[in-house]
Amino acid sequence: MYDFNYHKPDTVADAVALFNAAEDAMYLAGGHTLIPAMKQRLRAPTDLIDLSAIQSLGEIQAKDGSLLIGSTVTHSQVAESEVVSAEAPVLAALASGIGDRQVRNRGTIGGSVANSDPAADYPAAVLGLGASIVTDRREIAADDFFQDMFETALADGELITAIRFPTTASAAYAKFPNPASRYATVGVLVAKTAGGVRVAITGAAASVFRATEMEQVLNDNFSVEALAEVRLASDDMNADIHAGAEYRAHLCGVMAARAVASI
Amino acid sequence: MSNELIGARVLRKEDNRFITGKGRYTDDINLAGQTYACFVRSPHAHANIKGFHISAAENAPGVVAVLTGLQVLEDGLGGLPCGWMLHSKDGSEMKQPMHPIMAGEKVNYAGEPVAVVIADTYEQAKNAVEQVAVDYEVLQAVVDTSSAAEQADIYPDIPANTCYNWELGDAEATSQGLAEAAHITRIELINNRLIPNAMEPRAAIADYNTGTEELILYTTSQNPHLARLIFTAFVQIAPEHKLRVIAPDVGGGFGSKIFVYSEETTISWASKKIGRPIKWTAERSESFLTDAHGRDHHTMAELALDEEGNFLALNVKTTANMGAYLSTFASAVPTYLYGTLLAGQYRTPSIYVEVDAVFTNTAPVDAYRGAGRPEATYVLERLVEKAASELAIDPAELRRRNFIGKDQFPYQTPVALEYDIGDYEASLDKALEMSDYAGFASRKDASQRAGKLRGIGLSCYIEACGLAPSALAGSLGAGVGLWESGEIRVNPTGSVTVLTGSHSHGQGHETTFAQLVSAKLGIPIDDIDVVHGDTGKMDFGLGTYGSRSLAVGGSALSRAADKVIAKGTKIAAHLLQTDAENIEFDAGEFKVIDSNEGKTIQEIAFAAYVNHDFPIDELEPGLTEKAFYDPVNFTYPAGTHICEVEIDPDTGVTEITKFTAVDDFGTLINPMIVEGQVHGGLVQGIGQALLENCVYDTEGQLVTGSYMDYCMPRADDVPSFDVGMTCTPCTHNPVGAKGCGEAGAIGSPPAVMNAVLNALGQTDMDMPATSEKVWQAIQNAAASN
Repeated sequence: MYDFNYHKPDTVADAVALFNAAEDAMYLAGGHTLIPAMKQRLRAPTDLIDLSAIQSLGEIQAKDGSLLIGSTVTHSQVAESEVVSAEAPVLAALASGIGDRQVRNRGTIGGSVANSDPAADYPAAVLGLGASIVTDRREIAADDFFQDMFETALADGELITAIRFPTTASAAYAKFPNPASRYATVGVLVAKTAGGVRVAITGAAASVFRATEMEQVLNDNFSVEALAEVRLASDDMNADIHAGAEYRAHLCGVMAARAVASI
Repeated sequence: MSNELIGARVLRKEDNRFITGKGRYTDDINLAGQTYACFVRSPHAHANIKGFHISAAENAPGVVAVLTGLQVLEDGLGGLPCGWMLHSKDGSEMKQPMHPIMAGEKVNYAGEPVAVVIADTYEQAKNAVEQVAVDYEVLQAVVDTSSAAEQADIYPDIPANTCYNWELGDAEATSQGLAEAAHITRIELINNRLIPNAMEPRAAIADYNTGTEELILYTTSQNPHLARLIFTAFVQIAPEHKLRVIAPDVGGGFGSKIFVYSEETTISWASKKIGRPIKWTAERSESFLTDAHGRDHHTMAELALDEEGNFLALNVKTTANMGAYLSTFASAVPTYLYGTLLAGQYRTPSIYVEVDAVFTNTAPVDAYRGAGRPEATYVLERLVEKAASELAIDPAELRRRNFIGKDQFPYQTPVALEYDIGDYEASLDKALEMSDYAGFASRKDASQRAGKLRGIGLSCYIEACGLAPSALAGSLGAGVGLWESGEIRVNPTGSVTVLTGSHSHGQGHETTFAQLVSAKLGIPIDDIDVVHGDTGKMDFGLGTYGSRSLAVGGSALSRAADKVIAKGTKIAAHLLQTDAENIEFDAGEFKVIDSNEGKTIQEIAFAAYVNHDFPIDELEPGLTEKAFYDPVNFTYPAGTHICEVEIDPDTGVTEITKFTAVDDFGTLINPMIVEGQVHGGLVQGIGQALLENCVYDTEGQLVTGSYMDYCMPRADDVPSFDVGMTCTPCTHNPVGAKGCGEAGAIGSPPAVMNAVLNALGQTDMDMPATSEKVWQAIQNAAASN
């Protein structure tokens, strides 16, 4: 790890100001992606801005039919939150399956969403539930947020302050973990929302995406049988030593069916 | 030796320090003036080195020295040797490339060290490593095992990248058996390459004292004496009397810490140059790249059977990947630890095996838990199961029909070994009962109703442990005898210090050996401490590998205890004013036969040191005895493993629903420790069968270079194991023990694969049986129907 300047502001405004003043800054939340990358010398920010002292980023609130989860809330806090279990139980279930206990105790929802790892779990929930990403300057709809592998709509220095989820009881997440990393080889979140059925798939392609063919058939007939007619093309699927594109495409169908069956 | 301590589940004496964080591992040690080493490693698998540029690194903050492979050449250091000379069929010696401690002219695998930076802190060393520029001329890499011999030569003096073409057995009789067969079962297998993953990475501290000219090396070694021997005799780092090697607490080895590597050798050489201690601790990514890997065989085999299913002949042809260089014991693994085990538990009259060992541009391959014996068991037990399937004979019955009977020992196999004792039907029967083999059909039906595929698979393994009878090993090419030493010091107040040349890096020797000595001498186990891993404390030892510690090291201690008793008897006779013949020793007491007179061993120990009146010509003071034990034969642990799996056809995921292991390890000293060894071995074997796979790309880059891609088994990947024991005590060592450290990893891979294939109704698949591979096999079967 190279040397860097360390900052620990206690307001969002200070954090953004520090970012803008630095040569090549990065925000630090749980650090579960950034710190290993720095140790491997793949990332070398001049300044690290630790968000852990900003109280407002660590809160979970339910209001006006939505669930607002602060960006530095850890996976284990989401998994164990009574508010989350009451308002959007699928999120608690998803969070309880991320990584391992140590990862869940450090990793944060904002860090995961900002990183947009193609195999991360949270992007499936954000996109599948039709959440929005609240930042220091605006609110971005999930459909506009995830752009490509590790690429999002966030501008340079833009800080996620919270994720706003609609409350829902009609959603499920089914994950096929990579046996080595326990990231999602394929993870499918299916949700019945006010705007219709949404199906978001993570792990399978460069970025989380909505499976519109699945959504269409499920809107007509929300059943495992209906879903069986849809076969996702493997053309744009990821392929690695653990799972080829054909297998991933197949698993998308299996995991989607399992999610549908459990709603 | 009849004592309630033999076979007792004594809690481990060493666990107090391990679970309270008081273990003392190499990286825990820090010396005054210590510097840190960080290595410059080749990014290429195969390249000529055209130049080093080190001045920027030399001038970087904190840097003490930058040394390259060119300086290794200039200093004329010897290469790292392979300790076992093999000969090809034509009688020629195996080909052995020079293995420099750092490459100066040419690199032969990705990760090979070419230079080292030594600095005041590790961060400074690592920063300066980035300042070292090396010019490479990249060459085509040879990676694939099976085609290595047909590719361009890596070394100009080693044609066809071939180390040796070895053979064992009777080719003619085997051909005859195949010609006369009613049925021949053929199989082609890859034994997947594995990366050992000890919890503690390799580490070393070299401390050269310019005043005394002594070098102390702290290192993560399974056999510190062997490291000292190689350093002195081959690499010529320091004379033996000036070199002390200490292997303190070591966190797992699985074979990978038997060998002498570049890094500890380099820092020893460098410490002498800079006159300061140097520490190196591997980062995990360095462990993946450079710890000697395991397995990596490609095998074609055929089994000839008569109409009744009796085995007539076995023909095996294997290509084994040695990697870029011959590691310390690499040459013996796919030959004398592999070909010799191909008889298994069976009476197969004719066996012929050929092994071609090839060099590739990959990390060196050497012994890894089981070392050759898992590969042999895998070939044989996959083949037998396939034969049973082809002949529609129950696989348990086919094995039983061909077992060496318990009344046929000693049994000379056609592949050089003489089994001393065993009872293979006993372990098979017990495993069948424990696994409810008879009830499998109804469980399979239940799975089918739930949309799942259920399968069951057997593996009846044998291994040769207790390495090794020195004369036999020497005649087969071993560079050292493989006896063991043991010393028992009964202190004046009756406590005991036990010194052993075996090394514990997780096996629990401090408890097992203390139990053994306690049982022999009648001294409470709490009064006995076991010391190991320091060449400054014991004369010599051959270390721990090949499940040898109790069978060989324990036998040496047993003999040393007999000598203590003999000496104590003489002292007792002197003190009690009688003849030694009138003294008998039992349960810690020297008694005058047919009288009430006697002395405890503690009283004798005290007298041995504080006496004033020993007749010195006949009786020396002290109660310390040393013994060397050289086994007369290998030991032959054997058993039956039965695996039952359930496969989800939608995803291809295999769940092990039940795993039964019944093992015959001879006499058990501590069944709790033995079961722990079995559990660990099973997890590694199941890991190989379902999860673990070392992958290089075609350019020789390691794809599985971290835990993100190399799949280590976790607790939730394995079931709760059902472990049972049978016992036929070893006939030729005083403990009766056969060894238990490797059996789990030897027996389990074919049991798992046989179960997976049984569930699928198929006969061919290579490890690991990943979910994708299983799913694809289901798709392929469906498509062809």
